[in-house]
Amino acid sequence: MSERSFNALVLLGLIAFPLWALWADEPFLITLATRAVILAIAGVGLNIALGLGGLVSLGHAAFFGLGGYAMGILASHAQMYDPIMTAPILIEGTKSMPVIWLVAIVVSGLAALAIGALSLRTSGVYFIMITLAFGQMFYYFAISWPAYGGEDGLSIYVRNGFPGLNTLVPIQFYGLTFAILLIALALHWQIARSPFGLALNAARQSSVRAQTVGIAPFRLRLIAFTISGMITGLAGALFADLNRFVSPTMFSWQLSGEIIVFVIIGGVARLFGPVVGAIVFIMLEHVLGGLSDYWHIYLGALLLGIVLFARGGIIGLIAGRGGHG
Amino acid sequence: MDNVLQTIGISKRFGALEASRDISLTLRSGEIHALIGPNGAGKSTLIAQIAGTLKPDSGSVLLDGADITNLSVAARARAGLGRTFQISALAMEDSVLQNAVLGALGASGRLPLFGAALAKGEIRDKAEAALERVGLSDRAAMRVGDLSHGQRRQLEVAVALTLTPKAFVMDEPMAGLGTRGSLGLTGFLDGLRSEAPILLVEHDMDAVFALADRISVLVYGQIIATGTVSEIRAHPEVRRAYLGEEA
Repeated sequence: MSERSFNALVLLGLIAFPLWALWADEPFLITLATRAVILAIAGVGLNIALGLGGLVSLGHAAFFGLGGYAMGILASHAQMYDPIMTAPILIEGTKSMPVIWLVAIVVSGLAALAIGALSLRTSGVYFIMITLAFGQMFYYFAISWPAYGGEDGLSIYVRNGFPGLNTLVPIQFYGLTFAILLIALALHWQIARSPFGLALNAARQSSVRAQTVGIAPFRLRLIAFTISGMITGLAGALFADLNRFVSPTMFSWQLSGEIIVFVIIGGVARLFGPVVGAIVFIMLEHVLGGLSDYWHIYLGALLLGIVLFARGGIIGLIAGRGGHG
Repeated sequence: MDNVLQTIGISKRFGALEASRDISLTLRSGEIHALIGPNGAGKSTLIAQIAGTLKPDSGSVLLDGADITNLSVAARARAGLGRTFQISALAMEDSVLQNAVLGALGASGRLPLFGAALAKGEIRDKAEAALERVGLSDRAAMRVGDLSHGQRRQLEVAVALTLTPKAFVMDEPMAGLGTRGSLGLTGFLDGLRSEAPILLVEHDMDAVFALADRISVLVYGQIIATGTVSEIRAHPEVRRAYLGEEA
């Protein structure tokens, strides 16, 4: 099967499954699908850094968490009618999703720019370690910052609103996240085919090659890392809204690892790799998690199998060696 | 005659090893200047300092009269230095055309996030023209990883061509090409010198003697002689130090 038709099949499934769940009156399954879609968005973000840029970031939970806290902080102030700050200018909380998303994207983008500017001066294992260290910095800060719940996290009583929709209805919130996933995928597709993407991908394969034709890899990678952080941050805001809860676990390195794991399972650098990976991840969590608390052992076995026998992930197995999307 | 590329008193030490000792070398417009010397003589170290991967301890590198000693590899490429590698440094997972387009994009200095890299237009025309010139047009869609060794060498040259450089620095372009491939490339480089001069590091002495306008001989990090082919052939020290050992 070609990668293109497989991708179309996945998209069709993502439309059909929630509609079926709606018909069968299984709102929990819709929520489960929403979870998969939101994780897929986070993965699409990571895939731009990891797949196109070859940047193994073990700190993407930092952006996921920042997006989550952007939502948590804005919404908690709004639900308490308590302004975030009064001087020098009045800034109030908000329950509006578009505003929250914008803040999440800007904040995580700025963080990615700063973290990238420092960590992209290194490469290989050092890059992995530095991004991990930044992620842990945010994690411990969130735990020890009492203003927004510290270790206990922050609860939001009512899901934030989107003009014209009732976001508390599972299928409507699902539709919203699905639309954002499509936009994120379109962005990845465009970056991969653009002149920027060609250079980024070439610099991943041979840094010397890029430099020899006058292209400095650092700037390319920094831009890719920033875009990647923005998308993962937006996913964090959606994830927090889904659970109506934010906690420091969103910053944990285990979460960074999970995103990497499911992108690898789906297929690194493949357009739909993160989507397939997130779906499989959620399915395993749901099915195996019901059988045993130790379901991660099966996830580990799957990852091992993929890394050893199918370097292109599930998509590589089905569609064979090939390009991007 | 004007010097396009010039090194002035370049020196480089690695601990006790003096890899480059006060090397002054010129590449004049329209010429092929071959750099020869036994293994370990310091050819690669010298090339690395010219291309910018190594910084000399002292001395300077000039391109078209401008001091480029402190520029990065990428900045030197933008300034007009076209380099090919002894061991192919290409994007192996990409297609032949993508590699050529990369060169044309680098030369254009613009890498937009919109549009398609392979879209029809100036960049792609330039890339295809370069492939055409080295005879790789019919391989444009192939993955570089699937090319033969010799074809990768041709592609290295094609990518350098897309930069329309002021000077070429080629590190053993003939290595592993075989007699026929080597003859083909010799003919090609022969015509190329009128576009931009070539500093050629090469072990293939037949190619060197066929192509070079001038030859410099590097031994133990030092240039012991520079001259025309016949001058170098006749040079007693060169015969003893180098040619005598191999020929």
